[in-house]
Amino acid sequence: MTPDQPACGPFAHDRSTVNRLMLHVCLALLPASLFGLYLFGWPAINLWLLTCASALASEAVCLHLLGQPLRRLLDGSALLTGWLLALSLPPWAPWWIGVGGSVFAIGIGKQLYGGIGQNLFNPAMLARVALLIAFPLQMTSWALPHPLGAAGTPDFLDGLRITFAGAAPLDGMSGATALGNLKTQLTLQQSASDILASDFRLLPSLLGYSGGSLGETSALLLLLGGLWLLALRIVHWEIPLAMLLAVLLPAALAQQIDPLRYPGALYHLSSGGLLLGALFIATDPVTSPVSRVGRLIFGGGCGLLVYLIRTWGNFPEAVAFAVLFMNALSPLIDRTCRPRAYGRNPRGKPLVAASWTRRAKEVDKV
Amino acid sequence: MFNLARIRGGIHPAGHKDRSAALPIGTLALPPRLYLPLLQHAGAENLPLVKVGDRVLKGQLLASSPSELSAPLHAPSSGRIVEVGPIPAPHPSGLRVNGLVIECDGEERWIDLDVPADPFAVAPLILAERVAQAGIVGLGGAIFPAAVKLKQGTRHEIKTVLVNGSECEPYLSTDDRLMRERAEAIVDGARLIQHILRAYSIVIAIEDNKPEALAAMRAASEPFGAIEVVAVPARYPMGSAKQLIQEITGREVPAGGRSTAVGVLVHNVGTVYAIQQALRHGRPLISRVVTVAGSCVTSPRNLETLIGTPAQALFDACGGLAREPRQLMLGGPMMGVQLPSAGVPLIKGATGLLALAAHELPQREAAPCIRCARCVDACPMGLTPLQMAAHARVDDFDGASDYGLSDCILCGCCAYVCPSHIPLVQYFQYAMGQQDERRNAARKNDYIKQLSEARAARLAAEEAARKAAKAAKAQQRKPARPVGEASGAAPILESIPEPVAERISESVQP
Repeated sequence: MTPDQPACGPFAHDRSTVNRLMLHVCLALLPASLFGLYLFGWPAINLWLLTCASALASEAVCLHLLGQPLRRLLDGSALLTGWLLALSLPPWAPWWIGVGGSVFAIGIGKQLYGGIGQNLFNPAMLARVALLIAFPLQMTSWALPHPLGAAGTPDFLDGLRITFAGAAPLDGMSGATALGNLKTQLTLQQSASDILASDFRLLPSLLGYSGGSLGETSALLLLLGGLWLLALRIVHWEIPLAMLLAVLLPAALAQQIDPLRYPGALYHLSSGGLLLGALFIATDPVTSPVSRVGRLIFGGGCGLLVYLIRTWGNFPEAVAFAVLFMNALSPLIDRTCRPRAYGRNPRGKPLVAASWTRRAKEVDKV
Repeated sequence: MFNLARIRGGIHPAGHKDRSAALPIGTLALPPRLYLPLLQHAGAENLPLVKVGDRVLKGQLLASSPSELSAPLHAPSSGRIVEVGPIPAPHPSGLRVNGLVIECDGEERWIDLDVPADPFAVAPLILAERVAQAGIVGLGGAIFPAAVKLKQGTRHEIKTVLVNGSECEPYLSTDDRLMRERAEAIVDGARLIQHILRAYSIVIAIEDNKPEALAAMRAASEPFGAIEVVAVPARYPMGSAKQLIQEITGREVPAGGRSTAVGVLVHNVGTVYAIQQALRHGRPLISRVVTVAGSCVTSPRNLETLIGTPAQALFDACGGLAREPRQLMLGGPMMGVQLPSAGVPLIKGATGLLALAAHELPQREAAPCIRCARCVDACPMGLTPLQMAAHARVDDFDGASDYGLSDCILCGCCAYVCPSHIPLVQYFQYAMGQQDERRNAARKNDYIKQLSEARAARLAAEEAARKAAKAAKAQQRKPARPVGEASGAAPILESIPEPVAERISESVQP
């Protein structure tokens, strides 16, 4: 018996571990990621590998510097952070975007706060926002889909050139995302319905055959992975549901009011990182509230912010900003929204016993 | 629609009950010596009423306490007292506690039992007193004196006597076997409790993973009205009184209150059986049914065990240990305690004796909390264990209380589901212990303060009295001298320095 073994129960466990949770999330990301890699070819594969590997390497260096057991590397959290970051980057971004982002995410976003479980902000989103602000050009150059094996697709060597040598993609190989395009065109006094009619196709957008970040294009595959996680109860349903509803309801309402200015709910659902954010990023347990009501508020806040920024903000995409903003509110939400304890009212005062129970009973005097 | 009355949270641990529940309750050979700790209940420690060398009969009173919150101790078998003093105890610390040792003579001679004719004709409080004298405690593991509960209950309006047969802890099957084999006695005991409490109805709650027990109890309660046998969903901690009350009545016991506040009194089936034995046959609590289980036990089963039997004797009766156990436990794996060795005796609260192999135990390498909120989902009390642990870890006990430490029932659901393997219950036990200590220290300080203030007041009063006496004496001695002169002069003299000092301090200041 080891001396540090607690003398106190329970001496039973459901055998869950942190790394199993993390690996499940990675597995759930796999279909959408594979599809994204297929769609964007070798440059995307290079970027994805680099980002994940540099996240693991930064984690190892940080653990070593902080004197923590290197075993922690196996908990899968660094891999997941790198993976999520890669999925949120433009697929043909140069190598230093991926590596720099990973180092920032792990080093500053996570380990500076005290490592796993201590960070206030989602590390992947923190890195993405930092990159977006520092390198707006590279972060908004969106490659159009070039599936592996199709004609005109960069081969392996071209891929290396794009990722490492900074070779600019040829004209006609890149374009704006649906969200970005809408934003630009709206400023040119065109109506939303016209822009979308010429530019936006729902089916390819749902399937993922459109420009965008590596992992955010295929709504259906993301949904598949997310539903699997929900079924396994690895993520709670409250955040995705509240977040999606908080985007879709205002979108549908606004479209009813003025279809010329506001695109509809399905457009919002299928474009950009909304599904990736709602199912995989906002649900990060470390940075989201722990109570059910808290999670509903958190998800609703994220969704509303996404809609507000997408519609009236300067940036075409808003998931990262919305998630970071609500991350900052998480501690406050946790403080104020607690589950109601047994035997207490929602404000924490004990329930009052029914008056009849205090009535003394006539007992035979002995 | 979902049922709001249903308990929240909870877990579904693997049962491991099949092997021990399959065999009937076995008997145990009389051990050569019985070890009886004086404190086997929640409350004040008993004082021994016998001395070394005394011959005692089976069922004879050995120790008792003047405190109301206690349960007396009786001789489980006839024999001779060979030791009064520290004996090994079933506690993880391995420390010894005060107790008695009986060397059994093997005659099993009973003391003359006072068997009442018809308990239903006896007044409730007399029956409750009989339960108190029989030394019966809550046999589900809580070891709260049963009679104290009954006496409290007689002062309240009790609608339902809730007989707790849910037995939600893994491995344990004592209540299951007891209900299957002694259903009539349990129903009789429940009716006696109903009589004591003047309760309106009896509900016998059994988890739905015990169909045989349900059938047996239904059959036994058939002839009587106002007894309901209810199947409750198998979920840990259904056997906790608060959760069971909510499941059955839909009411929550107010925080800090007792079950009587919602008109319910809960007794475990084992307790009910012991009460029936005491009231019908006059037998004190000298034995109980114990589950011997765990993968290291050759043939797990339930055994009728005399209180004070060493654990090793139970393992021997189950065919011995198949292999070296990693850990011995008293009670179930969720809330039970670790045993230092197989030499410790079984006590009244021993529901089970487990010999667990390494593969049955959790691997215990705690990792940092990732705030996954599984503990929040699992907590049957609606608390946030991760916050409580975070505060307790840095000795912020008020913060931990703020997040619900005082409501915690230490059921261990949170630690069971924690993917980071954080020993949450350990933190809570520690925090509760520290809080108790602080409360005691504060109470002690208050008391000391009171005493010293009282002393100062007494001294001042004495001084005043002495002065008064002196003055009176002086007055008697010199009655001619006018009083006003002596008493008037002093204040004038005293009042002079004050303005002077003030003037000095003013002049010093710039």
